[in-house]
Amino acid sequence: MNLDNFELLQQGAEAKLYKGIYLGKPCFAKERFIKSYRHPDLDTFITKERMRAESRAIVRCKSVGIRTPMLYLVDYKRRIIFLEYFEEHLTLKDYIENYSNPKELENLAVDIGKLIGKMHSISVIHGDLTSSNILLVKKLPLEGFKSENCDLVLIDFGLAHTESSAEDKGVDLYVLERALISTHSVANEIFANILKGYRENYKNGFKEVLNKFEEVRSRGRKRTMVG
Amino acid sequence: MVIAIGFEGSANKLGIGIIEDDKILSNCRRTYISPPGEGFMPKETALHHRQNILAVLKQALDESGIKPEEIDVVCYTKGPGMGAPLACVAVVARTVAQIWNKPLLGVNHCIGHIEMGRFITGADNPIVLYVSGGNTQIIAYSRKKYRIFGETIDIAVGNCLDRFARVLKLSNAPSPGFNIEQMAKKGTKYLPLPYCVKGMDVSFSGILTYMEERSKKLIKEGFTPEDLCYSLQETVFAMLVETTERALAHVGSKEVLIVGGVGCNLRLQEMMRIMCKERGAKIFATDERFCIDNGLMIARAGLEMFKSGSRMKWEDCGITQRFRTDDVDVIWRKD
Repeated sequence: MNLDNFELLQQGAEAKLYKGIYLGKPCFAKERFIKSYRHPDLDTFITKERMRAESRAIVRCKSVGIRTPMLYLVDYKRRIIFLEYFEEHLTLKDYIENYSNPKELENLAVDIGKLIGKMHSISVIHGDLTSSNILLVKKLPLEGFKSENCDLVLIDFGLAHTESSAEDKGVDLYVLERALISTHSVANEIFANILKGYRENYKNGFKEVLNKFEEVRSRGRKRTMVG
Repeated sequence: MVIAIGFEGSANKLGIGIIEDDKILSNCRRTYISPPGEGFMPKETALHHRQNILAVLKQALDESGIKPEEIDVVCYTKGPGMGAPLACVAVVARTVAQIWNKPLLGVNHCIGHIEMGRFITGADNPIVLYVSGGNTQIIAYSRKKYRIFGETIDIAVGNCLDRFARVLKLSNAPSPGFNIEQMAKKGTKYLPLPYCVKGMDVSFSGILTYMEERSKKLIKEGFTPEDLCYSLQETVFAMLVETTERALAHVGSKEVLIVGGVGCNLRLQEMMRIMCKERGAKIFATDERFCIDNGLMIARAGLEMFKSGSRMKWEDCGITQRFRTDDVDVIWRKD
């Protein structure tokens, strides 16, 4: 596989993102190019670890039916992962800002919470939950984006790891809350509904995780800050 | 035309600066330096500020060439910071405001850094990396607030570097971070260290513990103190640049501004410059005069607040050790 017939879509934070065809299917190639600002040893280490993390988390999520992009090929040498490309998709960020109405958003947020609850119940920590890393993908090629016609898809598992501790799950929720607050004016309502869904789908763990979440939150928000 | 005087003393730097709109009139500073192997404590730091503040005030007024009557507003650091040093500087600011019969404004220290950085560099709407001994935050402006996108979930990056300097018993003059930076320039051997990024948040306490526990052994095994400084800097700065890049991509911004004491580290600036170049963004940074805590930054932020109509009741002009960057309504920005 080479990227000759691929089109550069954008330069994300960690990788250059290309679109192309892989074995006849629309495909998304994620090239974690060399970051020359950091030490080569550190760069190689981080890149390998992230590629491995991403592939593992995808496989693990798939096993319980959480929708993620399909994994086509992992090429460590050239630092590229080939993934399924979704033709009709929207990031949650765009959806919140441009499409949603309050009722629809409430249901969607509960569904997102359920999804995260399910992911945590199999001990997958995403590590970078933001509204840019949750996609709405159309089930049918209908006009416009209505959340009931869409599947929720989790992407960008580069910072993921497997961990059963409540602490890491709490941090995962905290990262999401913070990302929502800094991006969206309706963040508080969305997050409250996410927790509602989370509770529903992670019955035996949510209590402990929510306690940890509150603890992490108080560490961040009220921590003494000097100088 | 508005003239503002700013008093800063939230940590071990004592600074007073005077600004007339976009013209810097003076910016004087003294630093309390603790012995090698020790950090600065609130009591001793406050004592230092008490002993020096009137001399610094006189110097700032003399250098500016203005008389107290010409000042329009007295600004001081309300927080965040260490209680005792904050309080003793606030007392002086309150006193002169009454003697001169001028309005008084309490300024958020972090906002002071951001507004100073924007003023000096001309950055318009940047992602701000605020890195100092007490704070590590990645900030972007949106909807009348400076919003915190990422931050440390435990200790600040400057605290991590300062405390490692104590392990090596480096001098605290002019600052422990500066001495680590000089040592790191001579380091050659890279030691892999824990690397801890969680989304846009970072954590440094694990790295510090790792270094504290192993430094002696590593030095016996052939690593020099210079190698350790180099490896530590490379690791923690890579974390900061990575999370800043995440914020850039998430927000879709093309500007990065580095502020705070650690921001004058040239290696951090260099790494950030390379990252920015790779994605067509622009970096803005300042030198130690404006990066490290100073009085002028408080005057500058206070000036912006005053011009946009901000006034404080006398009884609100206290201090607070905990004062979040996103608690302040940024009424002076029009975007």
